[in-house]
Amino acid sequence: MRSLRALLSRMAALFNRSARDRELARELESNLALHTEENLRSGLAPRDARREALLKLGGATAASQIYRERAGLPALESVLSDIRFAFRSLRKNPGFTCVAILSLALGIGANAAIFQVLDAVRLRSLPVPNPHQLARIEIRGGNRGFGITSDNFALSYPLFEQVRDNQQEFSSVLAWSQYVFEIREGAQKYRAEGLLASGSFFDTPQLAPAAGRLFAAADDSAGCASPLVVLSYGEWQRSFGGALSAIGSRYHIGDFAFEIVGVAPKDFSGPEVGRRFDFALPLCATQLFAGGPKNSPLLKRDHFWLAVIGRLKPGASFEQASAQLLAISPGIFGATSPSGYSAAGLDEYRAFRLEAVPAANGISALREKYDASLWVLLGMTGLVLLITCANLTNLMLARASSCQREFSVKLALGASRLRLARQISCESVLLGAAGAAIGILIAQPVSRLLVASIAAESSSLQLDLHADWRILGFASAIALIACVLSGLLPALRSSRAHPGDALKSSGRGNTSSRGGFSYQRVLVAAQVCVSFALVAGALLFVRSFQKMISFDPGFQEEGILLCQFDFSCVPHIDRSAMIPFERQLVDDFRAVPGVQAAGFTTHIFLDGSSWSFATRVGASRASSKFTWIGPGFFDTMRIPVIAGRDISVEDSESSPSVAIVNQAFLRRFFPSGDAIGKTFRHDAEPNYPEAEYQIVGAVADSKYSSVRAAIPPEVFVPYTQNPSPSPSASIFVRSSASLTSLGRSITQDLTRLHPGLEIEPHIFQEQIRAGFIEERLLAAVSGAFGSLAILLACLGLYGVVSYMVARRHREIGIRMALGASKSTVRWMISRESLSLVAVGLAIGVPIALAGGRVVASRLFGIRPADPVTLVAAIALLLSVTAVAAVIPAARASRQDPNVALRDE
Amino acid sequence: MGDKTDVWQGTLALMILKTLQALGPMHGYGIARRIEQISGNALLVNYGTLYPALLKLEQEGYIASEWGASDNNRKAKFYRLTRAGRKQVEREARQWTQATEILARFLKPDEQKS
Repeated sequence: MRSLRALLSRMAALFNRSARDRELARELESNLALHTEENLRSGLAPRDARREALLKLGGATAASQIYRERAGLPALESVLSDIRFAFRSLRKNPGFTCVAILSLALGIGANAAIFQVLDAVRLRSLPVPNPHQLARIEIRGGNRGFGITSDNFALSYPLFEQVRDNQQEFSSVLAWSQYVFEIREGAQKYRAEGLLASGSFFDTPQLAPAAGRLFAAADDSAGCASPLVVLSYGEWQRSFGGALSAIGSRYHIGDFAFEIVGVAPKDFSGPEVGRRFDFALPLCATQLFAGGPKNSPLLKRDHFWLAVIGRLKPGASFEQASAQLLAISPGIFGATSPSGYSAAGLDEYRAFRLEAVPAANGISALREKYDASLWVLLGMTGLVLLITCANLTNLMLARASSCQREFSVKLALGASRLRLARQISCESVLLGAAGAAIGILIAQPVSRLLVASIAAESSSLQLDLHADWRILGFASAIALIACVLSGLLPALRSSRAHPGDALKSSGRGNTSSRGGFSYQRVLVAAQVCVSFALVAGALLFVRSFQKMISFDPGFQEEGILLCQFDFSCVPHIDRSAMIPFERQLVDDFRAVPGVQAAGFTTHIFLDGSSWSFATRVGASRASSKFTWIGPGFFDTMRIPVIAGRDISVEDSESSPSVAIVNQAFLRRFFPSGDAIGKTFRHDAEPNYPEAEYQIVGAVADSKYSSVRAAIPPEVFVPYTQNPSPSPSASIFVRSSASLTSLGRSITQDLTRLHPGLEIEPHIFQEQIRAGFIEERLLAAVSGAFGSLAILLACLGLYGVVSYMVARRHREIGIRMALGASKSTVRWMISRESLSLVAVGLAIGVPIALAGGRVVASRLFGIRPADPVTLVAAIALLLSVTAVAAVIPAARASRQDPNVALRDE
Repeated sequence: MGDKTDVWQGTLALMILKTLQALGPMHGYGIARRIEQISGNALLVNYGTLYPALLKLEQEGYIASEWGASDNNRKAKFYRLTRAGRKQVEREARQWTQATEILARFLKPDEQKS
């Protein structure tokens, strides 16, 4: 107790040291006066009185020293004074300090930003109890596009029922799917993200409602008698201001009203990372939207649309669960075989097997898409941080050796080596702390910018990006590593100073020993090496992105407006009227002023979707992509017809089935050539009975669902011969006018002609480029990092060469006095830096090649060891470092030899 | 709680406290003189020891100090006992008496024999 009180008062005393010292001096003075007075009274001569008192007082300095030690905390005080000293010396060198803090802040900020995004997408667990017990139940290897598939790992509702009823390793299983719905609020309409969720959706993850109640198993019954809805916390706040009166009120989705029974917990943003949800409906509500129980997707055995997650029973492992799922798979897939398939198709279905994979972090399309890129970026930022550290080490080393004399003097005066090392470390710790603080500030907007550039693609993207202890911890950890990396070497070296040095030489040796210098040379070579690897990587990504942008997909996407339309709400269009209506629609499109060509299609190039049938020519069988198109489609897309004829208006419902195929189809099925007039068949699938087509033409190859994938065999069939047309499709429109205003006039004209028709025009080229977001992101961010790396390496090189020139100042002066020409001096200095760059490059090239192999899967149209890229990177690095080396060399050669010699 | 291992510090602290108890508020010089007098000039109080000891007692809250005027109107810093200090004097004194009594028995072997 008492010692604690004493400690506190000692700590408080740290802040008024000088006041305390003055107080003691006054006290000693008064003491002396009292003593002198008493001596006088006892009869001593005035001079002796004071002298005696002084003697008695003893060493006042020693007394006040002991007093001072007792008054404060000497150990803490010396650390504080180190920090004060470091602070002062940093402030005295604002240039050094700014460069050091800024480069650290950039390095730390970039790392923290990438980590923050990676953490939100990849590492964070779902906010539910015991997330590690959650497992996703999926078809092993995916369903390879069988049936109608939203996600290769999704299950159909009959499969979900079978899994739910037959599994034994899970305490419960849930299923959901997410769609965009139209919400009506009075006269206003807006789009909202809706979950269709099984009755167990909230029970399985053990979530508690924020208000009201969540779904119970009974809410998801076959009849769906009274449809209910659970709102997300965000939607509750947005639409109802968080009022409890919302519970029990109506919520209008499309044409239906649902009763709000409760609100999901605040921190639960949905099971899919990066995608928010606004409300959840029970699965049985799908039959309302499908227009009755008969059309319900719940009955469809070939619709794979549900993500299924189970909670493992306590003690059960993923292996056990997978083994049990494997054991029940034949029964499950046997019992749910869809009808309408060929025997081969059914065999494929029955061969599917289920397995359980960990789902603690939720599932995310975002993750599958960006995971690898984010790791690549994190690796690059790590390298940038290394360069930053090397740079800082160099700067500190240079500073430490310019302080060599000061250290020698301090050592000679009795300072301990530890104390000197501590003084240097203090500087790097201060720099690190400042760098980390600014870095964390930078990280926030940078990560938001990253997410915003990803979000351009999907409006519902929502990532939790608040800075929490993980980000702070990560930033502090890397700041600490940076401090240790950059501060240790200078601290060790400076504390090795010899006290005698200060007294012996003037610190301006002729050529000076190169002991400390070699560290700096190694560091600069390492910087050149790492920054070369980064620049080469960045160039690879930039070139890869360029290739993707300028890639010829086989059609011309420039000047194309893509109009997606839905006429399910146009009155009097039943199944038989669909094809005439579509014909009418295309004609109406062509009538809009500015439209040069228009063509109908069921498939949009490069949007990731796909429609395929197993196709047979004789005994040869393979999967082919099927697209139903109208006359003028190839013309609109500028896809050349290379043989036979285009589709014409004469190809109707009643005329013989014809098809146009691409070159990949010909290579696959007719390697010997001449396919025109031949026939092929496709296997039966639900609503698409087996049929025979005659090949009447061939078109050049074009990319199908993605630029990265190889071109598949493709079949184009007249849309009039589609056995199962749907009330939605797309029309491509070519125009040389402004596409934005054309989109507006098309929407106006067409909705006036056909009330109820919904049209969404997009500029096709923009839509395709939005799909290159990952490549653009990699190119832009790695380009920025590459530039930063090169800049830092140049700073390092410039610093080291300037330092070397300053150290050899006298030597250069003597050489010039003895007749060395300016160019000799320039060459002498440049040679040094060139050799450093050469060493760095020699090590950097194999590292860059190895790095290229790591990122090979992210590249498009370019090999990881692309010689052009390597040469360009070498040229870029050489030219930039040459500038950094030539400036100090030129300065050295301009010096007046007399000045150097007189300087003695 | 004094620093028990440091016997001289401990005894000096008790002497200071006892002096203040006996004489009331007193300046450093007076305390030193008083201790020297009582000890029959056997002890010499070094200011390098006295002032840190005073400071320590003050930090521990046993004494308080303020500037005042001495008998002959000189400014001096006066120390006085606090309530905690008065209790501490009693406690310390009791402990010391006990300790010296025990030690005294060891130092008088004659009594042990009889």
